[in-house]
Amino acid sequence: MLDRWLGRRIHLAFLLPGMVLYGLFMVYPLASSLGYSLFEWDGLIREGFAGLRNFRTVLFEPPYSVRFVGALKHNVLFFAMTFAIQSTLGLFFALMFRQKRRGFGFFQAAYFLPYTLSLVVVGFLWLLLLNPLWGGFNQLLRLVGLGKWAQPWLGQTRTALVSIILINAWRWLGFPILVFLAGLQAIPAELEEAARVDGANAWQTLRHVTLPLLAPVMGMVTILTFIYDFNAFELVFVMQGSNGGPAYSTDLLGTFFYRTAFGDSTTGGEPGQIGIASAIAVLMLVMVAAVSWAGIRLLQGRQVEY
Amino acid sequence: MASSSRRALAMALVITALMLAVLPAGTGVAAKTTLTFWSWRTEDQAAYEEFIRAFQASHPDIEVRFVPYRNTEYNTILATALQAGSGPDIIQLRAYGGMEPLANAGYLMPLDDKVQALEGFSREVLGGARSIRDGRIYGVPFAVQTVQILYNRRIFDQLGLREPQTWQEFLDLAGKVRNAGYIAFANGSKEGWTMETFFGAVAPNFYGGTPFYEDVVSGRTTFEDPRFIHALRKMLELKPHLPPGFEGIAYTDMQAMFAQEMAAMWMAGSYELGTMKFMNPDLKIDAFLVPPERAGDPVWHTMYVDGSYGINASTAHPEEALAFVRWLATREYGQMFTDRLEQMSAVPGTVPSSPTLAKLADLMRRHGTPYLMLTAFRYDQPSGSTLLQNTLQALFIGEMTVEQVAREIQQGLARWYKPFQGR
Repeated sequence: MLDRWLGRRIHLAFLLPGMVLYGLFMVYPLASSLGYSLFEWDGLIREGFAGLRNFRTVLFEPPYSVRFVGALKHNVLFFAMTFAIQSTLGLFFALMFRQKRRGFGFFQAAYFLPYTLSLVVVGFLWLLLLNPLWGGFNQLLRLVGLGKWAQPWLGQTRTALVSIILINAWRWLGFPILVFLAGLQAIPAELEEAARVDGANAWQTLRHVTLPLLAPVMGMVTILTFIYDFNAFELVFVMQGSNGGPAYSTDLLGTFFYRTAFGDSTTGGEPGQIGIASAIAVLMLVMVAAVSWAGIRLLQGRQVEY
Repeated sequence: MASSSRRALAMALVITALMLAVLPAGTGVAAKTTLTFWSWRTEDQAAYEEFIRAFQASHPDIEVRFVPYRNTEYNTILATALQAGSGPDIIQLRAYGGMEPLANAGYLMPLDDKVQALEGFSREVLGGARSIRDGRIYGVPFAVQTVQILYNRRIFDQLGLREPQTWQEFLDLAGKVRNAGYIAFANGSKEGWTMETFFGAVAPNFYGGTPFYEDVVSGRTTFEDPRFIHALRKMLELKPHLPPGFEGIAYTDMQAMFAQEMAAMWMAGSYELGTMKFMNPDLKIDAFLVPPERAGDPVWHTMYVDGSYGINASTAHPEEALAFVRWLATREYGQMFTDRLEQMSAVPGTVPSSPTLAKLADLMRRHGTPYLMLTAFRYDQPSGSTLLQNTLQALFIGEMTVEQVAREIQQGLARWYKPFQGR
């Protein structure tokens, strides 16, 4: 009797380890930060119930609202540029590598390599390369006669964020290339052959056969990129500090959250504001969840079967 | 069939139990009289181990384990541990607003009635360890820092330069240094906090030192006061003398430029003296205060307390912890601290053995004024330091005017600083 009951439910027991991990490290922190965001905090002490006051502070009261809108714009730009680069360069390289010419294996590995490095390593590497005094990048510009383009890339508000986005794209690109390539290889060769037999040229085949079949894969990568870029933090933290300097020009929602929660680390300790920081975290979660959900719904409508 | 599903259930439960077992089970119980001592001074580990050996000469029954964390992560690690009810017995505490929330949360043991020697410390120095809410002292201050111009004596001698007496002489001198092919000031703006140091070295003479400090702290005036705006303008007069590409120059670059004798001067804290000696033992460093507009006008020297040593209110060994902290307030320790680490000790009656440091200690006694944002405006967010650092970056990149800087600081502080509200 018991055995039969167990036999039918044994799969639940095997879900247990996963559920414990998920509950402990995902559900519990998310639920507690939602809880934190609804209270007034005095440093580390939780005080009275605040309702939605922390959210109002983040969204409508300067300087928080100014920082929030600024960081949100930077995250949007972060995602938009990364998306533009991966759907042009990334797709281009994936299409190239599909042709399996001599030497392509080397480039494929070379483009993927940065993705295997930790963001902290990438950040320090580029800090050294972009150093205005002894960095290699400006020296290279001078060497090829572009000395007047040499500048303190990470110290100017108009170049710092774009530099960091490009560095991030450089590191990230290997991943979309790899996934696009896998997606391309899954497309049955007959379909493209049939198009060619019907008289389509290379561009028409790509435009009307290959890309539509690759769309679900590109959509999935786009959602992942979105989630990743809206939670971006490490690269700015390593290269520009928790302030997202200079003058907040590289501030992201992640750095804004971090220094609000824990205090600005470079000032050697000002008190954190847990309630307001939790409200930022909840807003980030809501945005990421809503957009990802909409994206996934959109994708499900266009599943392809070969 | 039946027994296999039972075995499977057992296996699943064992896996779960194993997983829970590897999760951290809280810190273990400390040995009988071993005190843990947390700090952010990773670079001073060897020195602190020497200090602890000296302490143990008179207290052989107390072990002290010094555990330093990365400077930038220390606050977070400490706050998290204290919130979880653990943490060390002895805590190296930040000063002013960095200590306040820990004291308010009840994590620290008040020391004013327990450490007799604190009575000998000066009021300014104790300010770094006093809670503004209850007025009690929660730590034994360890170091006093000052901010000024450090300069390379060899370069000055080589170019025949002397310490300037007026602001104009100072600007002319910077020009001469640059004409000789050196960088005048090893300062950059990439890291906001180094701009606050720059401010600390230059601004007090022009905002009028302690009188302005007292006016603005009490709310009798605001940061839009013409004295403050004048000080920002004077800082900008040094911009042409900063290194090319200063916008991208970070703190470690600044240290390297000065240590490698590429730069003749540096607006920097007294804490650099020890580091510079380590980076280049042959460097001849001296220091002067930014001269006033006219010779003979008042001169100010920015000073602040670095931090203090406190005791975890929930320590299991309060007597031993107090014995150690009382020892940290003695002249014996203070002198050892200043000799070994080349910093000014907060303990009264200690004399730095390094001549440069002794000179700074003397200047501070005569011209000292509290470091404006650090000592008075770091008690909540957005702190005066955060506001000043980021607006100064924008000012020096050319994206803000001095008036905008002043207004943004004032408006930011008015969010939480009571004396500014309703103004």
